[in-house]
Amino acid sequence: MIADGGEDEEKWLAAGIAGLQQNAFYMHRALDSNNLRDALKFSAQMLSELRTSKLSPQKYYQLYMRAFDELRKLEMFFKEEARRGCSIIDLYELVQHAGNILPRLYLLCTVGSVYIKSKEAPAKDVLKDLVEMCRGIQNPVRGLFLRSYLSQVSRDKLPDIGSEYEGDADTVNDAVEFVLQNFTEMNKLWVRMQHQVGLNIYGLCYTACESFILLADPELRLAIGLSGLQGPAREKDRREKERSELRDLVISVGKNLHVLSQIEGVDLDMYKETVLPRVLEQVVNCKDDIAQYYLMDCIIQVFPDEYHLQTLEILLDAFPQLQPSVDIKTVLSRLMERLSNYAASSAEVLPEFLQVGAFAKLNNAIGKVIEAQVDMPVFGAVTLYSSLLTFILHVHPERLDYADQVLGACVKKLSTEGKLEDNKATKQIVALLSAPLEKYNDIVTVLKLSNYPRMMEYLDNETNKVMATVIIQSIMKNNTHISTADKVESLFELIKGLIKDLDGTLNDEVDEDDFNEEQNSVARLIQMLHNDDPEEMFKVICTMRKHILTGGPRRLPFTIPPLVFSSLKDVVAWASLARQLQGPDENPFGEESTTPKKIFQHLNQTIETLYGVPAPELALRLYLQCAEAANDCELEPVAYEFFTQAYILYEEEISDSRAQVTAMHLIIGTLQRMHVFGVENRDTLTHKATGYSAKLLKKPDQCRAVYACSHLFWVDDQDNMKDGERGTGLQNEILVLLCLKRALRIANAAQQMSNAARGSTGSVTLFVEILNKYLYFFEKANPQITVATIQSLIELITTEMQSDSSTSDSAADAFFSSTLRYIQFQKQKGGAVGEKYEPIKA
Amino acid sequence: MVLVLALGDLHIPHRAPDLPAKFKSMLVPGKIQHIICTGNLCIKEVHDYLKTICSDLHITRGEYDEETRYPETKTLTIGQFKLGLCHGHQVIPWGDLDSLAMLQRQLDVDILVTGHTHQFTAYKHEGGVVINPGSATGAHSSITLDVNPSFVLMDIDGLRVVVYVYELIDGEVKVDKIDFKKTTTTTS
Repeated sequence: MIADGGEDEEKWLAAGIAGLQQNAFYMHRALDSNNLRDALKFSAQMLSELRTSKLSPQKYYQLYMRAFDELRKLEMFFKEEARRGCSIIDLYELVQHAGNILPRLYLLCTVGSVYIKSKEAPAKDVLKDLVEMCRGIQNPVRGLFLRSYLSQVSRDKLPDIGSEYEGDADTVNDAVEFVLQNFTEMNKLWVRMQHQVGLNIYGLCYTACESFILLADPELRLAIGLSGLQGPAREKDRREKERSELRDLVISVGKNLHVLSQIEGVDLDMYKETVLPRVLEQVVNCKDDIAQYYLMDCIIQVFPDEYHLQTLEILLDAFPQLQPSVDIKTVLSRLMERLSNYAASSAEVLPEFLQVGAFAKLNNAIGKVIEAQVDMPVFGAVTLYSSLLTFILHVHPERLDYADQVLGACVKKLSTEGKLEDNKATKQIVALLSAPLEKYNDIVTVLKLSNYPRMMEYLDNETNKVMATVIIQSIMKNNTHISTADKVESLFELIKGLIKDLDGTLNDEVDEDDFNEEQNSVARLIQMLHNDDPEEMFKVICTMRKHILTGGPRRLPFTIPPLVFSSLKDVVAWASLARQLQGPDENPFGEESTTPKKIFQHLNQTIETLYGVPAPELALRLYLQCAEAANDCELEPVAYEFFTQAYILYEEEISDSRAQVTAMHLIIGTLQRMHVFGVENRDTLTHKATGYSAKLLKKPDQCRAVYACSHLFWVDDQDNMKDGERGTGLQNEILVLLCLKRALRIANAAQQMSNAARGSTGSVTLFVEILNKYLYFFEKANPQITVATIQSLIELITTEMQSDSSTSDSAADAFFSSTLRYIQFQKQKGGAVGEKYEPIKA
Repeated sequence: MVLVLALGDLHIPHRAPDLPAKFKSMLVPGKIQHIICTGNLCIKEVHDYLKTICSDLHITRGEYDEETRYPETKTLTIGQFKLGLCHGHQVIPWGDLDSLAMLQRQLDVDILVTGHTHQFTAYKHEGGVVINPGSATGAHSSITLDVNPSFVLMDIDGLRVVVYVYELIDGEVKVDKIDFKKTTTTTS
């Protein structure tokens, strides 16, 4: 049944086209032989095909386009006739003899256009005549296309100011009146058609396998695109499609507005007094949602920005009067978008905005619209506020109170909805919240908006995190320095979605890479929070710490290190600065609370939280960093405490042998640099370190750690040492030697073990390494290291390398050769060094 | 002519948010043939970034690197030069030239590149060079106060290497140049 309807229509269209072509053929023949009478007869017959009521607007349009093309030829002929001396007035009378009204009016419009061009009568009279006569067609489809034709042929012949058809003093009025009248009639017809076609369509049961019409062409050259045969579509789709086809048709009505906007004579006054009120009256009164949506949008798009600005009140007043189903948010957003762009186009236009109080008017209108349209989805409301905010940022960037006011209104609207689940609305909120960030490029400004964090509350956790990331990126991009504790507090409150688990639930589903990325961005952020003033910085650190410690075990390994380093950097810098300025004994930190000691106490507690993660290796590194900083601040007990913590972690928590080796490198390396310790503390820590070294799992690791410990007993500048700081020189010299000997014993033991387990003594690398250490201290003039000890070690290595049980190791060989080369090199240097090396035989 | 970028101790994001923008704009893809990085990047993002500058990337492990598979030391041959790479926290006393020279002998390399101190240094030593490119981000260090961001570019050409050091001082990039000529070819 449905398919039949479609097929029938195709047949009717085909028959219509055939009839049209046949008469067109005869018309051409008549035109060729200059037979006016026949030409009129056949053209009238041809146009009779347009009298059909059987076609949908889409099919009718195809027929109309063919007739339109034929009428161009006829128009040419009329022009020729007029040139040959035929009276155009007579022609104008003659065509009215056509029997049927529709062909008669098409012919009349065609001749009318030539008539105006001939200037034998004032344009306004002819146009008035035509637009009145067209009332004769009241069938919506036929009337609409006829008036569309009239609009098309007359648009370049309006009696506009400056046009060749300009008339008397009231000429612009005449032009405007003509277009407005045609617009009004077309709009009425359209509204009626959309009603009727709806019925018609169901009556015909015509299906979705239709064409749709694209009328956006500026010349109203209606183009047709065939959407192809899609088979019977579902009822809902079909209705949607019909509506969209109708929307396309309404553009022909809107075309009139376009014509109006191009009339030169329409100045602001005329627009304000006549054009806009008349058009709006039509739009509001037609009570048709498609027409209202399209025509409002059309008004906004076709007339100039400054007109909108100057007539804002009139325009905005129309919005609450539109049908509830009209998509007002889109239209109104476009208006604000246009105005924003206008404001951005030139600073000179900004005073106009202030003068007309644009913000207050828009704000007021939006409030009314949201109030009136109770069913408007949250998305719609947020879109409106978002556009308004963009408008403020363009027009009143300095008015943070306006921006906050809009956010506040939005929060109020959201508060009636609870947490948002609507994806579109959420995206819109992100856009809304991002806008001020992009505009001000400065989170510090945005932090002044009291409703900003309240808005973020309405985002779901995921989106909240996205927004927090956007905020951090903005800070990084603009290199924003956030330097006071209260700003840091507001900032962390804002990005708390990244700082801790919201709603107290741990979300395990988060992708690990995403999580890492988020936390790394927080870590980066921590670097940006800085104040040169120690007291304020201390407060900043405390604020960061307070928030970061709520992060839970997954976040702490990311956020604790930057916090610790940020603190250490400052405490060391201040201490050194203070020493330069005031000497070591005074407290340079003003208040008691911000002494380095206090900061170190905080750090100790902060690092302790890593126990729960657990992250012992990280904690150990951080303790050692703190110890070194305490050393630089001359705080021996504090440094000792940090070392103790590091040792406890080493003993109790670090069991992986590779991790132990690295930990020992760091412990020995740090301890070697400490100068703050007195004899007792130093001895304790050094002996512990040596003890740990000798207890590493693998012999080679033991050996290396033990010879590294030799440096703990050695200070290059022995004379400059404070009394008792590191024991006496002699003791130290002996202890260095003992360490190296111990390393040598371990190297031997390693060889024996290897021999027992693998039947080979393994590589001599360790011996060469120890030889190098001997040379090191030899060069540093440790009297305990003699030529004889070095000589015997070289011989030992040589023997080992030649022994059958040793494994050949080219790397070790190269190492040994380069060591011997080094000895040669030193000998050749001459001077004291050369002399010292001279006795060594290599 | 081969360009080798040497850098390290970025400590992102523990101690620095990112590489200085001025450095980033200099380090464009397609100009550098090898990157050697002493370690402490610390996160994968930085590794990926370095890969975009040059895919031939050699990294040793710093004590803060989340990637635990980086080796402790690495050697590679570029042209006539043998290069050794190590973060340097393993060499005690830290930053001590004589101790680094021992590592240079052990790895048997012409050029040894290490980090950890965050202080740019370049020494000619026993017919070789020992280079520390400093910290590319100017990360805080307990060893060096007031660290300036720096990195090193080595231009290796035959038996000659020119070491350019780029240092960011008060927002301006300063370039220094050290010339080094190798007298003999590597024995190994």
